[in-house]
Amino acid sequence: MITHHVSDEMLMGYASGGLSEALDLVLACHVSLNDDARARLASFEAVGGAVMDAETPAEIAPDSLAQTMARIKGNPLSETVTPHQKAPVRDTSFPKPLRDYVGGDLEDVRWSSIGLGVKQSVLNTRSKGPTARLLHIPAGQAMPDHGHNGLEVTLVLQGAFIDEGGRFARGDIEVATEEDEHTPVADIGEDCICLVVTDAPLRFNSKLAQLAQKVLRI
Amino acid sequence: MAEDCMQDVMATVWRKAHQFDPARASAATWIFTIARNRKIDLLRKVKRPEPEELPWGPQEEPDQAEVFAQNEETERLKAAIQNLPEKQRILVERAFYGDLSHSEIALETGLPLGTIKSRIRLAIERLRHAMETETAR
Repeated sequence: MITHHVSDEMLMGYASGGLSEALDLVLACHVSLNDDARARLASFEAVGGAVMDAETPAEIAPDSLAQTMARIKGNPLSETVTPHQKAPVRDTSFPKPLRDYVGGDLEDVRWSSIGLGVKQSVLNTRSKGPTARLLHIPAGQAMPDHGHNGLEVTLVLQGAFIDEGGRFARGDIEVATEEDEHTPVADIGEDCICLVVTDAPLRFNSKLAQLAQKVLRI
Repeated sequence: MAEDCMQDVMATVWRKAHQFDPARASAATWIFTIARNRKIDLLRKVKRPEPEELPWGPQEEPDQAEVFAQNEETERLKAAIQNLPEKQRILVERAFYGDLSHSEIALETGLPLGTIKSRIRLAIERLRHAMETETAR
């Protein structure tokens, strides 16, 4: 079933640190752009804090305090927030966690064409597991019809797309599971740019698309 | 490694103390997020993606009324967790503590994945309800 917002389960997974790096990235971006998700995340983190608070303390090494003090003395005071970090979020800018992976903003992305005017940029997630990529779909253009072998999470950064689940605009997140087959179409008026995380290769339906998939590692 | 991580977290807490805003979260929640982030940073050897900070930072003087409200909420949440049915509470604790995924908890406990998910969902609903009921008074 396609959903318009991220489930409690996934948000809780993010709060407790149980998700993959790629999913962490897309959720960090979604929370940056969506106040409701940010508030829900805060409530799960509060549960984490409460759980931790109720736990009985563990045994620690006898010289733990001395070693910790040495660490504190050895390190400078925490960085003050730089002006760059404080800059207000412009409508077309990437959220900070994404800028960290791209090494810049939208204009710094290196795109590769995957046909039909659609471009992608696979992000460098170091851990094994799901991959994260940026997709650029020209206004009015459809993505090839495909199903998934696993989970697909799509966050809109610019423009909007429309598919069976409805219309998704900047900040909206779409979660599709194995049973879902959908054909997202970019809305007219503006090219659509999304951050997509898949935890298994996409299953394209046409022979040509399958061939392209092999070549392009989709 | 746990000892190492713990010292790292404590040192981080000390260094970042001036950034802690008691009106936004309890100290335990703040420390929980620091511990979670450091643990993942160490395991992955790359920084865990965190949401962009809101445009405003901690105020010079946190609003005392807000801090008081935050502390009250925290106490209510702790009580609500303790009041969960035993099976649900244990699952919530394991989900946050052992940082096991639902599938991993299912493997460890031998319970079917569907049961785990619905128990955690129930627990979250009960917590929500407990927090809302208190606020409504």
